[in-house]
Amino acid sequence: MKYETVIGLEVHAELSTNTKIFCGCPTEFGAPPNTHTCPICLGHPGVLPVLNQRALEFAIKASLALNCEIGEESKFDRKNYFYPDLPKAYQISQYDKPVGQNGWIDIEVNGEKKRIGITRLHLEEDAGKLIHSDFGDSTLVDYNRVGVPLVEIVSEPDLRSPEEARAYLEKLRSILQYCEVSDVKMEQGSLRCDANISLRPVGQAEFGTKAELKNMNSFRNVQRGLEYEQQRQADILDKGEAVVQETRRWDDANARTLSMRGKEEAHDYRYFPDPDLIKMKISREWVEEIRTTIPELPDERQARYVKEYGLPMTDAGVLTSSKDISDFFQDAVATGVDAKLVSNWIMGDLMGYLNAEQLELKDIKMSAVSLGEMVKLIDKGTISSKIAKTVFKEMLETGKEPAKIVEEKGLVQISDEGAIRQIAQEAIANNPQSVEDYKAGKTQAIGFLVGQVMKATKGKANPGLVNQLLKEELDKM
Amino acid sequence: MSIFDKKIAELHSDLDGKQISVSELVDASFQRIKQTDDKLKAFLVLDEEGAKQKAKQLDGQLSKEGEERGLLFGLPAAVKDNIVTQNVTTTAGSQLLANYNPIYNATVMERLGAAEAIMVGKTNMDEFGMGSSTENSGFQRTLNPWNNEYVPGGSSGGSAAAVAARQAFFALGTDTGGSIRQPASFCGVVGLKPTYGLVSRFGLISYASSLDTIGPITKNVEDAAYLLSVLAAHDPFDSTSAEVDIPDYISSLTGDVKGLKVGVPKELLGEGIDQEVKEKVEQALKVLEGLGAIIEEVSLPHTEYAVPTYYILAPSEASSNLARYDGVRFGVRSDKENNLIDMYKETRSQGFGAEVKRRIMLGTYALSSGYYDAYYKKAQQVRTLIKQDFDKLFEKYDVLIGPTAPTTAYKLGEKTSDPLTMYLNDICTVPVNLAGIPAISVPCGLASNGLPVGLQIMGKHFDESTILRVAHTFEQHTDHHKERPQL
Repeated sequence: MKYETVIGLEVHAELSTNTKIFCGCPTEFGAPPNTHTCPICLGHPGVLPVLNQRALEFAIKASLALNCEIGEESKFDRKNYFYPDLPKAYQISQYDKPVGQNGWIDIEVNGEKKRIGITRLHLEEDAGKLIHSDFGDSTLVDYNRVGVPLVEIVSEPDLRSPEEARAYLEKLRSILQYCEVSDVKMEQGSLRCDANISLRPVGQAEFGTKAELKNMNSFRNVQRGLEYEQQRQADILDKGEAVVQETRRWDDANARTLSMRGKEEAHDYRYFPDPDLIKMKISREWVEEIRTTIPELPDERQARYVKEYGLPMTDAGVLTSSKDISDFFQDAVATGVDAKLVSNWIMGDLMGYLNAEQLELKDIKMSAVSLGEMVKLIDKGTISSKIAKTVFKEMLETGKEPAKIVEEKGLVQISDEGAIRQIAQEAIANNPQSVEDYKAGKTQAIGFLVGQVMKATKGKANPGLVNQLLKEELDKM
Repeated sequence: MSIFDKKIAELHSDLDGKQISVSELVDASFQRIKQTDDKLKAFLVLDEEGAKQKAKQLDGQLSKEGEERGLLFGLPAAVKDNIVTQNVTTTAGSQLLANYNPIYNATVMERLGAAEAIMVGKTNMDEFGMGSSTENSGFQRTLNPWNNEYVPGGSSGGSAAAVAARQAFFALGTDTGGSIRQPASFCGVVGLKPTYGLVSRFGLISYASSLDTIGPITKNVEDAAYLLSVLAAHDPFDSTSAEVDIPDYISSLTGDVKGLKVGVPKELLGEGIDQEVKEKVEQALKVLEGLGAIIEEVSLPHTEYAVPTYYILAPSEASSNLARYDGVRFGVRSDKENNLIDMYKETRSQGFGAEVKRRIMLGTYALSSGYYDAYYKKAQQVRTLIKQDFDKLFEKYDVLIGPTAPTTAYKLGEKTSDPLTMYLNDICTVPVNLAGIPAISVPCGLASNGLPVGLQIMGKHFDESTILRVAHTFEQHTDHHKERPQL
């Protein structure tokens, strides 16, 4: 049978405020365990929470960027459950009055645009981290992360494939990154994603039984987990059996999902308004003030790149998916060079390098301006595109200016016609077989001769000129 | 006059006149505790060393002329054990916290410290404030100083008994459903429950966050005004702390009630109120009338729902507030555990007393999925109605007056087996907490059993000045506050 997949995502993003949401402890990642704690975030008897206004501001900013409506009043509720990583045995979260509601973002998959609804965005506090270590049979707890502000962003069940889910997640990440409200690093846990997935026969209006999927800690795993789960559910339905409503966990090592707990074991969180915190009044003036701080978002930027620089839609999409890359591109283009050339270098060599080395833009030494300068050198014919690859690599690793690299390594392109013609003639003289092939109509044989010239000039000869002169010489024969 | 019967202002003039030193006051306090507390058991822990050291330091200051002194300079204070005191064991009357040594101070302790009061020790209470007789303490039963076969009231029974027995010059109590006023009434002392939000709750071990307040228990109304002047202040560490102007409570004690409009809610003098208590209250109203106050009978129509509303809302909040006592980070952890869930269960089963468990279960039930609307939500709606009852009356009346408790103190063990009867005893006090308004209990005579009766004066939000003025005027024209227990 043909099934339609229905997916909704719940995304948690840590807000990059300097201090925690209800106390003054720092939020910085990577400190020694339990050094960023105080009686308040440790939930000692008698302590009270006081809201960090900056966290609310960031949540409003994110809501606005996701096209959400902001209520005039919002409040905190307690979500009650026992776990050692939760010092108060309740999480301060939001139940029925989230900061933002009814938003949307646009995604594009296989050239097709689609609008995905966002049900809500709410503010809450993060829990600590359990460390199951080598200390005999005990488990350790690190409370540094307790009280780091989080937003939970819940999508409508509008996603129809794991690919769409991934595209949604990537778009969400880039919006949050552009707004500078979160570090959005899945590897460090500042961005986390749970998914609800169900299947239904094509054409059926009501949803099938869903599974909640957890523990997918990378973009790739979100897609893989959903693909696995999609297949698992289809197999069950094909056998005429029923999918069980449950929470499942992605097992990365074995590339499968495993049951964590069934519906009956689901918690009753006993939500109720937190009496320690007063209701938040969100004035329209404040919302508008925050709106003015939202920068140009990826979709707008993409459209601008197409219009302003004449870039293809795909190029503009790739460049704007990350704010760092996009800013880098803009800075390079600002040196006065062709945008498409810069785009080619970024999308090809730069992003290829970052992926291969598992690095981020901030980890490399090359500046955007020097990339622009390098493109200028190519443009002026000072170096060939081929030589430029060597220069580029050197720039990435050392951060040196391209002109300096060219000078130091003697990489200036040979465009002297006389000199190249002489080498071309030598190449022709030394390779009679190729000449014969060429004359017999195998025009590609010229490629070998070009290679010989480039070899003799250590790659510095102007390739266009080499081609042209070789042809001239051969045709003379 | 014994120093123990002197007011704060009188003690300060004795200190100024070098008739007594701070150390002598503190020594006297500890001597008194040693003489009486073996039997009374008002205190859970004493800080004799800390207090004596502080006394020496203050005596040093005393010898310097012209130095500004705190409003409570050099005076020995008792503090209820649900108020967090840095480096002094704080248990909230629970075995679960028997070993809890706080790493910070409650805001009110900082304020007492800044006013240069000296804490002598922490007083006994019903576990986490849950009870009306201090019999629910996880450690000991406190006796009523007036008659040792009777309870001191609760949950601030230790603080009220300590002040009545003159073990300390004043005390801090906390009031969630009557826990300052009712023991003050049972022990024949003054107890003030401030407006919710006037005094910071930071460092008060939460029972029911939307109802909890901290306030003074004193021998007389003037001392209560002194204490409140020190305690009342906005606190950035408490979101529910109000940003209001704090009036001068001491100078509000003008002794004048002429033209004061007093409402007497008939529901608080009706069924279930002891005849003798009723008579004492009526006599008190006569006194005020004689001084020019206008007395009228009024109605708080939703009073009958106050106790059930309270016993849904307070346990609901408590079930969440007390969840942190799980044995993971502090407190007494059961050593019988072999896995996480068993450790939670054993720790809480051993650590909590019966009444605490009862209220956690009540609250957990009321908040459960499928029951929330019928219980918690409904109770919140009734709470609004009760608050509106008061708002309406305060449009016309300056204060409302009634008894603090339906009866005088009852006998130890008399009501422990019947929690419902015990809960009904809170009828006069819980409406005040639900409405968030201030109220004061002042002694208004002894019943024929020789036990004190308390008069409750309720006021508008943040209008502590008026209830203090009325209480003070009443006190100045009667001798009830001069009665003291024979120990």
